[in-house]
Amino acid sequence: MTSDHIRKMFTLLFVAGFFLFLFGPLITMGLTAFNSSEFPRVTPWECFTVEWFDVLRQDQRLMQGIKTSFFIGIGVVFVAVPLGLAGALLLTQVPDRTRPWYYTILISPILVPGVVLGISTLIFWDRMGQMFFGDSVFYNGYFLTILGQSTFISAYTMLIFIARLQRFDPALEEAALDLGATHVQTFRKVLLPFLKPAIGSAAVLAFLASFENYNTTVFTVVSEATLTTVLVSKVRYGINPSISALAVVIILITLIGACYYELVKRRELRAIDNAKRVAGGGASVVQRRFFAEPAAWLILLVFVVGLGTAFVAGTTGVDECKVEVKEQKRVQTEARIKALNERRAKEEASAENDSVSPAEPRTRAKGTENFNSIFQKDNLEGQMDSSKSDESSDKPARKGTENFNSMFDQGNLQGEESEAETRPEPEPKSRKGTENFNNIFDPGNLNQPDAK
Amino acid sequence: MSADVELKNVWVRFGDFVAARDVDLHIGEGEFFTILGPSGCGKTTLLRAVSGFLEPSDGQVLIGGRDMAGIGPNRRPTALIFQNLALFPLMSVWENITFALEVRGVNRADRRKRATELLELIALPDQGDKMVGELSGGQRQRVAIARALAAEPDVLLLDEPLSALDLKLRQHMRSELRAIQQRVGITFIYITHDQGEALTMSDHIAVMREGVIEQVSDGTTLYDDPGSSFVASFVGENNYFRGTVVDTDVSYTTLDTPSGRFRGRTSKNQSLRKGDDAFVFIRPESIKFDSGLDNSLQARVRNQEFEGNFWQVFLDVEGENKGLKLSTVNDGRHHENISGDTVSVGFNADLAVVLPAGPLAAE
Ligand SMILES: Nc1ncnc2c1ncn2[C@@H]1O[C@H](COP(=O)(O)OP(=O)(O)OP(=O)(O)O)[C@@H](O)[C@H]1O
Ligand SMILES: [Mg+2]
Repeated sequence: MTSDHIRKMFTLLFVAGFFLFLFGPLITMGLTAFNSSEFPRVTPWECFTVEWFDVLRQDQRLMQGIKTSFFIGIGVVFVAVPLGLAGALLLTQVPDRTRPWYYTILISPILVPGVVLGISTLIFWDRMGQMFFGDSVFYNGYFLTILGQSTFISAYTMLIFIARLQRFDPALEEAALDLGATHVQTFRKVLLPFLKPAIGSAAVLAFLASFENYNTTVFTVVSEATLTTVLVSKVRYGINPSISALAVVIILITLIGACYYELVKRRELRAIDNAKRVAGGGASVVQRRFFAEPAAWLILLVFVVGLGTAFVAGTTGVDECKVEVKEQKRVQTEARIKALNERRAKEEASAENDSVSPAEPRTRAKGTENFNSIFQKDNLEGQMDSSKSDESSDKPARKGTENFNSMFDQGNLQGEESEAETRPEPEPKSRKGTENFNNIFDPGNLNQPDAK
Repeated sequence: MSADVELKNVWVRFGDFVAARDVDLHIGEGEFFTILGPSGCGKTTLLRAVSGFLEPSDGQVLIGGRDMAGIGPNRRPTALIFQNLALFPLMSVWENITFALEVRGVNRADRRKRATELLELIALPDQGDKMVGELSGGQRQRVAIARALAAEPDVLLLDEPLSALDLKLRQHMRSELRAIQQRVGITFIYITHDQGEALTMSDHIAVMREGVIEQVSDGTTLYDDPGSSFVASFVGENNYFRGTVVDTDVSYTTLDTPSGRFRGRTSKNQSLRKGDDAFVFIRPESIKFDSGLDNSLQARVRNQEFEGNFWQVFLDVEGENKGLKLSTVNDGRHHENISGDTVSVGFNADLAVVLPAGPLAAE
């Protein structure tokens, strides 16, 4: 191995590590969307499923949040793009000496923490309403959020326009004026067409920046809820993989958008290249079409195969798989309980050997409805019965929700939906000691029941 | 229609910097007028004052007798062809050409018709639907001219429009431009730093240096009777000796120089007195291998260059460190290499001109 090899290896390793760092979280999250586990996780892998996409679709609050985010995003585009353009144009008009000052002022909203922008927007418009109308007329989530976000998103769009304007030949404007165009005509017919791509980029950027914003939004949104605020409140109260499903959808949209953009750009490049070839007679640089790129085919292949398997596998055999997993879990739990029982029996035996008063352990066992009742035989048997009797096994567990272990309980996560489903307790007897921690090993409880 | 242009005591200042100093010019109707000067002398500045992109700090601009003060570029009867052409890259050729009509609200069908006519005029028929990026440099040049002509200006202003072209194309475009000007009959104000361009095309030439107009005249006068040492050294090639006037009258002046005593014509445009510091200018083609002329001197041949129709011979002269250049028509007699030889050369007093010492054009 030469040092050259080592260097190559190191580079490769670094690149791999770098990509893992970038895409590892995304890939993991993407995978959790297809695992039937109640909690977003990859291991243990349970069943391949697409049901979380259904759950996502039926999540009213999230859907409403997306809708609100969408409309706010559109609103921000319509405020921030013209504002950014105006700022960029202003900078081309001011004298060179004062330009850095204007620039700093216009760019400063980017440097101000979003939280501050949010609070100040809220307070400012509240005061304005009080001052001029005597009440909080501006206290509207859409209005405040669009304005609040636009303060810094206009600075982003302005940067895009500045970059584009730097490549604008001011002689074109003069040429138009010289040919008799008014200033308005010059703007419309010469400058605006030149800025068109930048307007597109700025609009996309503004929309995305608005869509994903939380810091500012959380203060200005008032009684509405955007996607981000809904997501955050969800995380607070416990999440399920439908959030991963949302991530998958967003990633897919992004990928498709990126591919489309690449396609359009290549077509443009080719057109320019052709034009150059006609004029200069040089050889073409961008000969390849998008779909002549092996990488494009690879992406497409992975995409199609992935989607295909997802839907084939996700819709067939899920139920059987789930039953299987449940059975496996039950077996595991049983084994664990058995092991515990054995250990306990051993302990008791050794305790007796230590010649402790024979009555003592008895009483202890009797008197503790809490910790050890689960180890009692009838108790366990009852549980097993219930687990055999179909899905009702999970219901007892739901009854015991005053404790911690049901934190990730479906019923808890889904709120109202499961409430309606509550069924009669199959084994009231076994429920006796459940106001406490001990049903943590309850097989029914461990067999995380599914949504339906 | 065509109009004359008058600049009256025009000054342009950028802060403390004076880009145009007391410029007085009259450009006749239908004339091909050239402003010639080295880079940075203020040619573009002057043109912008005429087209309206810049208000003179002082003085007046009149077009067709009308004072242009306060009238913007879009309301002046001028059209400007920019140094870099400034064709609209996102428009097709015909849209570029008819932009002036579009902003006036002429309908599309009429515009197309006019575009076809203009494309005919600039010898680019059937190229209207191309994008400007698909044209060659010379074609783009002609599109820029057509675009300006479509505005039907009284005065067409051209800012070094040929500078980006290669030599062959430039020479071709010169005659083309001249032909177009004669066909449409409007006033052309043409800017260049290329004296060859100026001499071949213009009716009149104004030579400019550092914001000042040094001389206005037709090309032959400029070449044969330069009004200042700057003009003499800038327009065409010139050899010169610097010396002190020892004798001067209306026709001839004699100078004492480190290389000898020389006699030349007295400049019509400047007055000289005995004892003045002065230059005597001699064109390379006026120096002959002949010791029997009015002036003569000894020189050593440094090297010679063959240019086909001409031989350029570079001579070292005692007392002059820059040497002399001599051009002689290739008549087949000087083919032998004479490098290193000492030769006798001379020139006639009628073909040399004496001017007061002043700034020279940079080599
Ligand atoms: N807007 C301006 N501000 C300050 N100085 C300027 C401005 N425009 C031109 N100048 C100065 O005025 C002088 C003349 O400029 P101008 O563009 O007229 O030169 P030019 O003769 O056209 O040169 P070229 O042949 O290189 O185009 C230059 O020294 C230039 O630096
Ligand atoms: Mg110039």
